[in-house]
Amino acid sequence: MRVKIVLRILPVVLISFLALSSPLSAGAPANKSVILATTTSTQDSGLLDLLIPVFEKTGYIIKTIAVGTGQALAMGKRGDADVLLTHAPAAEMPLVEEGWLSHRVQFMHNDFIVVGPESDPAKLGGLKSVAQALRKIAERKAAFISRGDDSGTHKMEKELWRAAGIEPGGGWHIEAGQGMGATLRIASEKSAYTLTDRSTYLNLRKTLALKILLEGDPPLLNRYSVMLVNPAKHPRVNSEGGRAFHSWLLSDEALNLIKGFGKDRFGQSLFFLDPVKQ
Amino acid sequence: MDLIIEGIFKAFHLVFGGDAEIWAITWLSLKVSGSATLIALIMGIPLGIALATARFPGRPLIVALVNTGMDFPPVVVGLFVSITLWRSGPLGFLNLIYTPTAMVVAQVIIALPIVASLTMAAFQTLNPKLGLQIMGIGASKPQLLWLLCKEARLPMLAAVMAGFGGVISEVGSVMMVGGNIKGQTRVLTTATVLETQMGNFGTAIALGLILLALAFAVNLLLTKIQQREQIRWPKPS
Repeated sequence: MRVKIVLRILPVVLISFLALSSPLSAGAPANKSVILATTTSTQDSGLLDLLIPVFEKTGYIIKTIAVGTGQALAMGKRGDADVLLTHAPAAEMPLVEEGWLSHRVQFMHNDFIVVGPESDPAKLGGLKSVAQALRKIAERKAAFISRGDDSGTHKMEKELWRAAGIEPGGGWHIEAGQGMGATLRIASEKSAYTLTDRSTYLNLRKTLALKILLEGDPPLLNRYSVMLVNPAKHPRVNSEGGRAFHSWLLSDEALNLIKGFGKDRFGQSLFFLDPVKQ
Repeated sequence: MDLIIEGIFKAFHLVFGGDAEIWAITWLSLKVSGSATLIALIMGIPLGIALATARFPGRPLIVALVNTGMDFPPVVVGLFVSITLWRSGPLGFLNLIYTPTAMVVAQVIIALPIVASLTMAAFQTLNPKLGLQIMGIGASKPQLLWLLCKEARLPMLAAVMAGFGGVISEVGSVMMVGGNIKGQTRVLTTATVLETQMGNFGTAIALGLILLALAFAVNLLLTKIQQREQIRWPKPS
């Protein structure tokens, strides 16, 4: 009977799946695999898709874990990552001072922008100060979508509310608890304001009903740094691999890629280089 | 509406244009969920048979646990497997976090209670006298087990379908323990989440369609086997 044949073939098919998946678990030697914990913006903007394949030509394999900066720093502190790429200087410094992280180099920046619906109910258009803009949003109780995930962008947002002298709360301040891409999508669907890094916004702009309403205020500078996890604190950290990625990221090859990133698609760079002091 | 039409066009283009990355992602999904289902079957079928046929102390508790496990949320499984496999966790020395193996481990935990519970149910529907009859004609214990398995094979196929369907479509645990790493641990569900976030709706729809087609194809195959052996009910006259 044909059914019997199928029933006999089925286990063979399933076992071959298992056999085929076993080389995956063996994989490359442990010290070739480097865990990079980073903010979502470096992944959602497409920057890492450009950089990682070039670095991997050295023989290392990068495991990119794109989470919020808060989570990425926590992974570094626990020793669950080898190298970090984050954008919250105020949260990074204490971890460096306490010895959990080392070799912090601030090497690129872009900026945060406030985006909102075309109708602009809180009338932010033409404003120059982000504090003023946030006060207007709060006065109007206009919907504002917050990342709400302890990411670098969320830390920046909280800092900006504090500087504006406002304790955000109530129904108009909505916490998304998701990455930048998802938060922009919610803002667009709900005709709300949000704070975003420029790179993620530009990358998604075509699919969003949001426009830039405030930019260029100095507090909106978004500073990215690369750091190593201290192997003295966590013996399992792949310090050699982390170091290799850290120094490659600061090499001319990588910096030139970063400088040119976005020019073809957006007519402008998405990240700008800082003078690097090591 | 434009978006949906555009997405579907993009989907066909990607699927039939032979996009290498999409096929690599599909293949990895099949491998991870196929292996997880197989392991869950190897462990879950004996467990289900034991729970259905044997009587031992603690059995009601295990039955309750297995039945609860059927509804175990994948994110919770993902959370516990992550904490265990992180370098800072108790099994961190295995270096398994963010590998396909870690994803298989999480999916086995999700599929095992489903397989065990449905196998148990399949054996419990057998007529208890059947066992006595088989023993009566002088069958040995392994022969008895084999014959009972043959009797229960149709409902047990449902266990295979439910187990595979449960893990191929889940996103919570593979996202957490796999990390959705490009070219290493990105599967159909996690890729769909990422592409949606990145605003690439065409690719996201394409991945969704492949996932649907895959689940459909596997279930079609298993259903065919199952239905072909159905008892033919006499037509009412």
